[in-house]
Amino acid sequence: MLRWILGGREAQGTVEKSAALFIGEEQPKNCFTEMQVLKGHFDIVRFLVQIDDLRFASAGDDGLVLIWNVETGECLFALRGHTQQITAMTSYTFIRGGTAHTALITASSDRTLSLWDPDSGNRVQNISDLQSSVKCLLVLAHLDVWLSGGNELCVWNRDLELRCKMVHHSDAGISAMVELPKNFIAAAMDKEIVIFKLNLSGSDIAVMAMRHLADHQDTIRSLIHINDRLFASGSHIGELIIWDSVDWTIQAYEHILWEEPARDSQSEFKLNHQKQIERSIQHMSSDGEYIVAAVGSGLYVYNVLMKSVVAYRRTAHDSNILHTMLQRDSLMSCSEDGSVRMWELQDLPLPAEPASSGFFGMFGTFGRSSKQTGPPAKKIPEVPGLRSLELIGDLIGHSGAVQMFLSFKEKGLVTCSTDQLLIVWKDGELQSQLRSLAVFQKLEENQGL
Amino acid sequence: MIGSPDVVAFTKEDDFGDSFSDPFSLPEEFSVPLFAHAANANPWTKTSYAKFSKDFILISEFSEQVGPQPLLTIPNDPKVCGTFDLNYFSLRIMSVDYQASFVGHPPGSNYPRLNFVEDSKVVLGDSKEGAFAYVHHLTLYDLEARGFVRPFCMAYISADERKIMHQFQELSSEFSKASEFLKSGNRKAFANELEKKLKDLEYTRSVLHKEAELQKMNNGCYSTQAIEKANELANMEKSIYEHKDLLRQITSYPSRKKKDVHFVQRETEKLADTSVLDDTPNSNPSEIADKTVETENDIRKSSYTPQLIKGKSAKCFDKRLKTMEELCDASFFHQTLEQLNIIEKSFRGDLCFIYTSQIDRALVGKQKVTSFLFEAEREWENEVPLKNFSISSNNPTVPILNLTGEPLSLESYTSCIDIDHMKPGVESIEGPPESSLSDITQETSEAADTETKGSFSSDKSIEAFGGVSPSSLQANYFDGLERKSKVSIASPSESASSSVAVPQRMTDGNLVLMDAACCIGQEGFVFEEPLPELAQECCGDTVVNREPLSLLQGDPALQMDYILEESALAESPNMGLTFSELNTGVLSEEVAKINIEDVSDSTSFMSASTSSDRAVSPFTYGSALTLKQKKKAGHNALRFIRQYPFAQQAIFCLLSGRTLVILGVDEGTVRKLVNALLFFVPNLGKYGETVQPWLSSPFQLIDLQRWKLIGLQRAASPAGSSILHSLNRYSRYISILDCDSKTLRCPPYKGTLISRLADHRTQIKRGSTYFLHVQGMLTQLTARAFLYTFCHHIHLPMDINDQGSVTSRRTNFLLQLGYTVEESKIVQYLSELIKQHYMQGSSKGGNQSFCFNYTTSYLYKI
Repeated sequence: MLRWILGGREAQGTVEKSAALFIGEEQPKNCFTEMQVLKGHFDIVRFLVQIDDLRFASAGDDGLVLIWNVETGECLFALRGHTQQITAMTSYTFIRGGTAHTALITASSDRTLSLWDPDSGNRVQNISDLQSSVKCLLVLAHLDVWLSGGNELCVWNRDLELRCKMVHHSDAGISAMVELPKNFIAAAMDKEIVIFKLNLSGSDIAVMAMRHLADHQDTIRSLIHINDRLFASGSHIGELIIWDSVDWTIQAYEHILWEEPARDSQSEFKLNHQKQIERSIQHMSSDGEYIVAAVGSGLYVYNVLMKSVVAYRRTAHDSNILHTMLQRDSLMSCSEDGSVRMWELQDLPLPAEPASSGFFGMFGTFGRSSKQTGPPAKKIPEVPGLRSLELIGDLIGHSGAVQMFLSFKEKGLVTCSTDQLLIVWKDGELQSQLRSLAVFQKLEENQGL
Repeated sequence: MIGSPDVVAFTKEDDFGDSFSDPFSLPEEFSVPLFAHAANANPWTKTSYAKFSKDFILISEFSEQVGPQPLLTIPNDPKVCGTFDLNYFSLRIMSVDYQASFVGHPPGSNYPRLNFVEDSKVVLGDSKEGAFAYVHHLTLYDLEARGFVRPFCMAYISADERKIMHQFQELSSEFSKASEFLKSGNRKAFANELEKKLKDLEYTRSVLHKEAELQKMNNGCYSTQAIEKANELANMEKSIYEHKDLLRQITSYPSRKKKDVHFVQRETEKLADTSVLDDTPNSNPSEIADKTVETENDIRKSSYTPQLIKGKSAKCFDKRLKTMEELCDASFFHQTLEQLNIIEKSFRGDLCFIYTSQIDRALVGKQKVTSFLFEAEREWENEVPLKNFSISSNNPTVPILNLTGEPLSLESYTSCIDIDHMKPGVESIEGPPESSLSDITQETSEAADTETKGSFSSDKSIEAFGGVSPSSLQANYFDGLERKSKVSIASPSESASSSVAVPQRMTDGNLVLMDAACCIGQEGFVFEEPLPELAQECCGDTVVNREPLSLLQGDPALQMDYILEESALAESPNMGLTFSELNTGVLSEEVAKINIEDVSDSTSFMSASTSSDRAVSPFTYGSALTLKQKKKAGHNALRFIRQYPFAQQAIFCLLSGRTLVILGVDEGTVRKLVNALLFFVPNLGKYGETVQPWLSSPFQLIDLQRWKLIGLQRAASPAGSSILHSLNRYSRYISILDCDSKTLRCPPYKGTLISRLADHRTQIKRGSTYFLHVQGMLTQLTARAFLYTFCHHIHLPMDINDQGSVTSRRTNFLLQLGYTVEESKIVQYLSELIKQHYMQGSSKGGNQSFCFNYTTSYLYKI
């Protein structure tokens, strides 16, 4: 349909390739009918952090941290101070004097850590004598401390005072951390997960490595908290392991291999190598019951309670998926192809239908890969529980990879991208109603037109 | 036509109990007066015996040598006046010589004092000739004239008495502008002349001095020759002193600088307007070439060689009097002529037509909430307050010259003369005038003299009009005063000091009124403040400094408008660009000339020109889109809807806010199509900001937010392919009209609204007619959008958990209005624009959000 614009041969490969996934312009379930482009960054925007119901911060490779109002699209503050790209950012809410304050912590490649006050735009604290740059940050709200991970693990209090420090001699350093019950921390270091314990004796805090879990064959790309009992890790070669939070044992092991079904292997045989590379688990998110894993350019939904796969789509995007979000039966993903896609978990048609035979074929290969690991062989009987992941809408606006998105529920969705822009996507109908209310309020104030 | 007796004033909803108001009646200020003749009379029959075919402007002079004489007419075509006796009429109009041109040695002053006299505005008629005229008297300074003053007058002559009567306010304000140009130019020329004269005098003095020395050397100190020479020298000294004093007076004309800047800017913009749009003969190159020559003359002036002059001036009838053009600085003179041409043009035609257009303007002015959508923004509309218009139509305070032979009371006379002071004229009066009691008494007695002398007053053919008795005039007059005195500052000392100090900058000209106590008799003689020191010495006078009436009694919105207008003026892209864009090199020279003409003014002028931004003004490079341009676009639109069967879909896209991209190889074709679709774009903007007629680089997402109609170049280059890529990527937000393959890709439209708007079988032949047709329909649509926006019950939730029902109520409302789903989108889009405009005002600042729909597009072919 679009070829006439492009004029013949030039037709784009991407459009052709995702033809099966092309949803078209009619998207009745897509409520994002209004957008607002926010300009301010000068380089790739990588991080979005929610501060409160109204505000969020964005940061990226230009070292600039901007605080925005999601409703008006107004840039409230530009926090300047970092000279190099931001590597991690988190918000930190604490109670002081009976009121909740939110601070913003940023880490940069210039080996500094900064604590900002988003209400005034001031840099409250700055630590510049770090030995290595910080790659991840974790707030332990109940202990009122927070941790920074890199080549060293540091524990800080709310005023950015160093409470404890632990240096590792591994090259990789800590790439991700999750909080476990009883003051334990799980940290991903290359192929291992290290369990640390925070010992609190009075005001002193000590950190101690308790155990090294070396079950992954390759670098761990993502580490998430599922619920109080479970956490999950995903590796570069598609291994997904569900761990018990208390005794650190493997609860489930999946090795996701996006292999081609035998039938159409001829046409896409050459792509196979590439596919093998693209099965890295880049991102995972969970709602406590389901995990969604971004595996290459595909999506994989796993039920942790049932220990079974719920749905998957091998090519959900044209390129690697960078961020995902799971909300009840719908999920969202954003990718290097510049789009955000919205998915819905739908019950599959009955297995008797001819359409599902192909699916079984695919699933067969899937099962084979997991046979190597053994335990979850009981998946095949559960096939009737399998659901499909249907595309219900996509958001196109960015001209570069969409790095991340942040949902403000009904207030909208913020996306950030390589094209240096942020876009706030809003429900047009709702916004229109809000504007009407504002108009009537003004009418009342002005006593008429 | 709705007559004024039928009209009941608008009442507020809440006081409906007081009086019954007909909901269909127009507010009083919008009513057109009924035709005064009997019911069966044809209103278009010529009732007058006028010897001229159409209205014209006559400029005459009361020459001290030959008496009243006509100088020129506008339009300058002998056919216009026909057999009308201009000489006779000049005599008539100049016979009302009001100012008693007096310059002398007022008591307490040793040197001649220049009077900065206000113009007078009167209406007079000559039933024998069938001519009725608005007469605007003014004086220009001439060093060689008696008393340094030359009385002139400009008259708008029409066969229609009612036209003059009803349009008095408008005529008066327009002629005041013209007069102001002329007088400013004259002051400049006069100052130049004085400077030259001073050089002559000084040169002569030095020569005399040498001669005197020689005489002394030769004949001794007390020889007759020596004494004679000494006397001559003393006379020369006195003369120099007098001239210096005059020069000081003329150059210290108080608000001159500020005023001139304003006028130059305004006038240049007007020039732009007319020269761009109308092919008026006034801006033809030869004339401009003339001007340039004059500029050179001006430059040469600086190298003026002084001449020896005789101590005594020539006899009155020996010398040649300067022409009006010589009396006035060239550029100002041409500005004056421009202004007069504008006046002639704008008051051309039947009174009904003028009325209708004024009412139209006034109505649009009232619809600020929605008028931004489709109405052409009228440049100077805001400046003329609506009040002005309503006053003139209901209660015309027209000064009528009553020359019935009876001596008039002084009061009514002065009120006749200077009605201008009562007017809320923003532009009428400049600077804080200053007067000294002595002058006033002298002037008034002089005025009374002319009155009672009655040299021309017995002529019965000059009659009084309309049965307005002096007493009723007086009532009006006091009425006006009363309104004003609410705000006047009565303390004389305070006012004097404030007039010495900086006048309020926010107003264009500070209208200064004398206190009611003293101005009754002397209203007409308000003098410009000669010098700050002089002001100090006059501080005992009761001079009240006040703001123009319009700013005080007008509603705050109006006031805001005015201020906005001012600031807009400062920013508005300047003439210079427009001229050069028109690539008439001569014209740009003319602009350059304006720049050097008045160095004191040039700073602001220059800054205005540098701030102009060409990027925002795609069509005319800096000048605002005018109604005329839009009407011209009507022709293209008509062709478009006849040629393309999918025109309706394209128009639907524009009306529903979906960006329409017109893609093509040939720039001319693309621009033509953009032009054709121009007036369908809601909220087009004053300069057409929401349209990009020709783009040759890939557009960004943010451009879709900014531009609603884009002309895009299809190119084979790599840049072209990236353009196509962006088209492809954002295809869901745009509709694409391909001029080359004649296809349109856009969402479908079902409904009857646009088929009525753009019927390809339309019987309309003319572009301007079609434009008006479209305008009418769009106005109707706007009204619906307004209704939709401001209906409480469809937008406010019944209770807190009621969001869903709002949506359905909205949809139902639109369905009840008879709109299809697609048409509802149009109304919704317009409504969103109205809301945004209402919340944020006309400023386009802030980060706007961009709405769209997820709908399937189809490809339409021819």
